[in-house]
Amino acid sequence: MSVNMTKGQAISLQKSDGGTLTAVRMGLGWQAAQRRGLFGSRTKEVDLDASAVLFADKQPVDVVFFRHLVSDDGSVRHTGDNLVGGVGQGGDDEAILVDLQRVPVHIDQIVFTVNSFTGQSFQEVQNAFCRLVDETNGQEMSRYTLDGGGQYTAQIMAKVHRTGSGWSMTALGTPSNGRTFQDLMPSILPHL
Amino acid sequence: MTAELVRGQNHVLPQTRLEIRVSAGKPIVAGATLSDEEGRVRGADWVAHPASPGMPGLEVSKQAAADHRLAVDLGALPSGAERVNILLALPVTDGAQGPGSGGGPARFGALAAPFVAVTGLDGAEIASYTITDLDAESAVVALELYRRQGAWKVRAVGQGYAGGLAAMLSDQGLPDGPALATEILDAVASGMARSVAAPPQRTAEADRVRHSTPTVQPAHETYGASASQHANSGRSAMTSPPDGQASPEGQVSVDGHVPPDGQVTQAPSTAPSTAPSGDSGSPQQPEPHDSRSRDDLHGQGHPGQGQDRQGQDHLDQPEQQTAAPASTGPVDYTHPSRRTAAPPTPAPAAPTAQPGQPAQPVAGDATGWSMEERLYNQVWGMFEDLARTAAAYRSAVEFADSRMEQELDQVLTDPRSRISGQGDAAREAARAKQAKLVEQAREVLDRDIAQLTAEADVVEPALPPSFAAWGNPIWQAYRVPMEPPMALRLGDLHLPECTDLRIPMLIRLPLERGLWIDSGRTASSATASLADSEELRRLAMDTAVAHAARLLAVYPPGDFAVHVIDPAGSATGSLAPLRESGVLGEPPAAGAAGVSEILAQLTRRVDLVQMAVRARATDSLPPDIDPAEQLLIVNDFPHGFDDRAVTQLRYLADEGPAVGVHLMMVADREDAAEYGPILDPLWRSLLRLTPVPDDHLADPWVGHAWTYEPSLTPPGSEVLSDVLARVADARRAWGR
Repeated sequence: MSVNMTKGQAISLQKSDGGTLTAVRMGLGWQAAQRRGLFGSRTKEVDLDASAVLFADKQPVDVVFFRHLVSDDGSVRHTGDNLVGGVGQGGDDEAILVDLQRVPVHIDQIVFTVNSFTGQSFQEVQNAFCRLVDETNGQEMSRYTLDGGGQYTAQIMAKVHRTGSGWSMTALGTPSNGRTFQDLMPSILPHL
Repeated sequence: MTAELVRGQNHVLPQTRLEIRVSAGKPIVAGATLSDEEGRVRGADWVAHPASPGMPGLEVSKQAAADHRLAVDLGALPSGAERVNILLALPVTDGAQGPGSGGGPARFGALAAPFVAVTGLDGAEIASYTITDLDAESAVVALELYRRQGAWKVRAVGQGYAGGLAAMLSDQGLPDGPALATEILDAVASGMARSVAAPPQRTAEADRVRHSTPTVQPAHETYGASASQHANSGRSAMTSPPDGQASPEGQVSVDGHVPPDGQVTQAPSTAPSTAPSGDSGSPQQPEPHDSRSRDDLHGQGHPGQGQDRQGQDHLDQPEQQTAAPASTGPVDYTHPSRRTAAPPTPAPAAPTAQPGQPAQPVAGDATGWSMEERLYNQVWGMFEDLARTAAAYRSAVEFADSRMEQELDQVLTDPRSRISGQGDAAREAARAKQAKLVEQAREVLDRDIAQLTAEADVVEPALPPSFAAWGNPIWQAYRVPMEPPMALRLGDLHLPECTDLRIPMLIRLPLERGLWIDSGRTASSATASLADSEELRRLAMDTAVAHAARLLAVYPPGDFAVHVIDPAGSATGSLAPLRESGVLGEPPAAGAAGVSEILAQLTRRVDLVQMAVRARATDSLPPDIDPAEQLLIVNDFPHGFDDRAVTQLRYLADEGPAVGVHLMMVADREDAAEYGPILDPLWRSLLRLTPVPDDHLADPWVGHAWTYEPSLTPPGSEVLSDVLARVADARRAWGR
């Protein structure tokens, strides 16, 4: 069961039994483009990229994306770049795993973003979604449907931030434009 | 000394008249089969069993017993018999139970692990083996005695059969295996009435298994291919690296992308496979300054890390060794001789952790096909963990400091702070905030370090000689190995945050690049205290000798040869352990003539082996070509070198590693300054090590500067000469 969060809604990452979340996964999935050309070589491949930016007091400290798959401290891991998408049936084509217990003490916010590296807007991508999953039990905590969302090439999806002793998640769902997370930095900052 | 074998491991038998002792706690049947070169039992007369207990050279008990002593005379076996399989079986018949067998267990899983030992006639144990992990099997091949190049060896097999004796005998090629099995078990059943009560249970079984861990040897040798593999063990290294992996150094020097001075390009590991399993994230992380050599592999560099750490040498990633898949279940119905790889011995299971507590560390708690590989991966795992936890700490401290500075600046510019007290309070608050964050980060770091230290405390004593520090007791009990090791310890690495936690620096063997022991004064800041450069040169040569001695000791006797160029004879003192033990092929080459002679000899070897490898004709090399790995130690470079010799040396550095010729330079780069930049590629192609602690090595994940400390013998220790004496003895005994 997934909770479709609305923009700006915050949920605490407390489990129903009172324990706190220890690991979350951001999943990103989309359907590969139709083969085009005689040999499929003119297929307009769709490459979406998931990134996570680690902030300490509004300063970016580390980024996990397809060129830097593991944060230096080892707490955030990207499972690897997918350049073409999948079957579009709900499976994650890219995922970022966050071990909340290993996140360094000064990191207080982690922002997840999605970018279209090949430049197609989300309107042109089929069956695209991104979601946050409680990695310990596989339960989906939030999900966004990206396709048909408008002429945007990026989305600032959600942030996970420290609250007291635990972590909370806030759904952001802000559309934006850009090729990689770097282009999104100006639009991320207001959300911190 | 007894060799405690693990499954798949073998051991040389020093004599042919032996006794094999079996103890199982409950009455079991012990027997033996002979088989020929093809692993076939030629007939029922090649099976010694209770109904027919004697045959030439072999005698077994007439009945089931908890303890057996089998007499073996390998010299008296029938002609054609190349192997002796020692079998154990439970005294049960497949269908109807024999009259005397009622009540006995029907599966080995219900018994304590059977223990077998090979002893001399005087009762001294040569090798022992505890057969663990048996479950539903009712018959098991315990040991195999086999002839290899004229010498007899014993191998721990532990191959169980759920189908019992009948299945086992059929699998060994006996056409009437089931009938013979019935005959054996009937004979046992009729003898059971006379059998004595079982002795008390052996209690130390668990201890025995655990104690065998530190002496575990790699179980690399495969069953089917063992003969050819063994014969070619020296040459395999020449033939194994495919063209694509050969000599990355050469590419650096020719493609025009010359890296910054003093920095060495990361070379890909020569691991059999470059496919890391599962956690593929970290090995793919490119580093900015060697992205040139990795771009083709990984696409892009890492733009987030602009700063380039010059003069640092990146350590290679560990890579998973792949092997042919083997079944993991306890019951394996395939015949041992048809198996492609020895099944991995199970990894020691870490006890389940208490909630909220880290698990008790266990040596070998990593993936791998042998204990050696598991320990290697565990050490590299600890290396990565320490690198990352230190990165988290440093990042937190850096952030805390910069935030405090910002806040202090603010206080300074804020006019309100001029009012007495307010400014001080604000400053105090900023400092307290910084201290609190640093303290929190330190707490996390200390917790992680404590966990890693606990792990290191169990891992260090379990390391095999090739990974172990010279102070490790395993070197006192050193025996020459039968298999080449997978990696070598070059020294220790540590970070300034935790100087007590030393990570063994393990590099894969065979060496894929030369080593450079830097005797130059620029080597490190610690050199300042060593006023005397002569002292530094001596230390560098001592380090080189320690590395060379370790290489000699961890390869099977005769599989590794060391040559020395010492043109001025200045390293005579340091070389004493190598010279006096007689492990050097020839005395250290002196003078220009000696230099050119040894370089010519090694260059010829590289040329011929390269040609042979390209033509796939490694068998037709001239007999005077030594198939062993060769290491050339060059002291006092460029003394005694003319231009031709320098060219040959560079050729050896470039082409040698792929064909088993390795270089160890003990040199001060300044001495060769007159050659100018022409030698830069040579220095870059070598892995730079220092004779004194120095922080010039970077890890492949974060790029911290790690302080390297060479692996030296404890002061006053004789371990080096003791070990080398044993290597020399073994070489003489093996006639190599």
